[in-house]
Amino acid sequence: MAAIISRLSSRPTSRKAVSDPPWLRFLLLTAGISFIVILLLVPLAAVFTEALRRGFGAYLQAFTDPDARHAISLTLIVTVISVPLNIVFGLAASWAITKHDFKGKSLLITLIDLPFSVSPVISGLIFVLLFGAQGWMGPWLSAHNLQVIFAVPGIVLATVFVTFPFVARELIPAMQADGRDEEQAAYLLGANGWQIFRHVTLPNVRWALLYGVLLCNARAMGEFGAVSVVSGHIRGLTNTIPLHVEILYNEYNFVGAFAMASVLALLALITLAGKSFVEWQMARRSEAPERERVPDNTPIHKRFET
Amino acid sequence: MSSSSDPTPDTADPSQTPVKRSKHRGLPGFGLTMGYTLLYLSIIILIPLSSTVLKTLNIGIDGFWELITQPRVMAALKLSFSTSLVAALVNVIGGTIVAWILVRYEFPGKKLVDAMIDLPFALPTAVAGISLTAIYSKNGWLGAPLEAMGFKIAYAAPGIVIALVFIGFPFVVRTVQPILENLESDMEEAAAMLGATRIQTLIRIVLPTLFPAMLTGFTLAFARGVGEYGSVVFISGNMPMRTEIAPLLIVTKLEQYQTADATAIAVAMLIISFAGLFAINILQRWTSLRSGQSR
Repeated sequence: MAAIISRLSSRPTSRKAVSDPPWLRFLLLTAGISFIVILLLVPLAAVFTEALRRGFGAYLQAFTDPDARHAISLTLIVTVISVPLNIVFGLAASWAITKHDFKGKSLLITLIDLPFSVSPVISGLIFVLLFGAQGWMGPWLSAHNLQVIFAVPGIVLATVFVTFPFVARELIPAMQADGRDEEQAAYLLGANGWQIFRHVTLPNVRWALLYGVLLCNARAMGEFGAVSVVSGHIRGLTNTIPLHVEILYNEYNFVGAFAMASVLALLALITLAGKSFVEWQMARRSEAPERERVPDNTPIHKRFET
Repeated sequence: MSSSSDPTPDTADPSQTPVKRSKHRGLPGFGLTMGYTLLYLSIIILIPLSSTVLKTLNIGIDGFWELITQPRVMAALKLSFSTSLVAALVNVIGGTIVAWILVRYEFPGKKLVDAMIDLPFALPTAVAGISLTAIYSKNGWLGAPLEAMGFKIAYAAPGIVIALVFIGFPFVVRTVQPILENLESDMEEAAAMLGATRIQTLIRIVLPTLFPAMLTGFTLAFARGVGEYGSVVFISGNMPMRTEIAPLLIVTKLEQYQTADATAIAVAMLIISFAGLFAINILQRWTSLRSGQSR
């Protein structure tokens, strides 16, 4: 039966029946490619052209400004704190969700996804409501001389909030596709929980983890809305790279703004290259003999819904 | 003797029996990882989010309604939801075409195009915002010719739509693409053999199969657009009543220390968004039931 079907589907007439006429092919290709060029490539190219408008010297000059340097170092600090926090959470949550059975699993996944459906501005607002001068904990904080809002802790909290789901959402489908057989086998052979995780689960999901970390990192460095609400835009103190881009842009320092923006655009390109590399690795792994694995390019709607 | 060490249900401690373990207790480490997950989730997400609910309870229903129905707030909410709707519709059409050419056609640079689709996810919104503004302002690459033709894009509603199309673009492509990849061609062949033209097959057979995925992509793009801030603030011009989106109004109110106003707008946005997501979820179930598709 299968042989007949495969012979049928390889017949030239049926191939022709499911291919589009040349005019339609031309029309759709033109429409699709121009959509991508105008929508994606032109803005990307504009970032670098605007940054280099006054030449390479002026471009480099933009990075010698102490405020710009401070913005870069603050962004790195915030990222170095918030990304590891979400990696640990992502590993714990995906292990608990995929390797165990419990009630309310889909509710938990929905809650993990929650930051995706909350506006970045609202993500910042909630921390102002909690820790701001008029917030619930505001009086206590000021009595103890602690500052969260308009200071680095607030920026870290807002960044952790918006990047919260990324690692978990890459790991959950990957661990689900792997199943539990290998872990069960390791357990029966006497491995403890940490050994199973370290030697069985983690190596199997390393590419999904890497991709999750890349996305989490890109968002942590580039977050604008949430950070903008909690930072207070104090130059040289609470300005991250994206906020510094805004300040320079509003001061009509376009070369400076686009120079800083070009750093973030490069980061985006590295993230995309990393993503392609990870997908290539996953495809290679799924093609490897004697391993029947589903290729792990989980469709994005599966990642976002429960 | 080796046989004496074999665990049997009668002699061994029940917790030592492998079968029993794997059936009833599963793998170790559940308590620790689950406990940490719930603790971290509560501290980072649930407690902070509940602050909006508490604040709204403080304001009261009447106060909330009064804050929401101010003309400036209503205008901002209307603008946010309408521009997101238009942008999501543009993305459904453009995204489905792009997914189609990526799956069904071969062309040079296809791998590169496929990798570029996710650019809006990876590019920080502020970068997208200033770049789009530079392109579509009246001296920009595309803004200048469009201005000459009489279209004002930047600092007007069309600019907001373009920013939101950019931000939401990957959602539709990435939801439709896997469905297309897994689509068997037997239905299309059958339609062709029964005498349908290719166009009829595409409209009657292929599009209905893609519809649930398109709807999911639409929903995600729409939800993202409503809350979007970074890419829009630069290009919109931010004129109250005209080009001021709801997230920007929240920021403005916060800067004036009007937290009650800001919270009321935020809660209204959350309520409308969740109601919309819920409605589309129901529609989604209904259409996938009708087309007999199991997801």
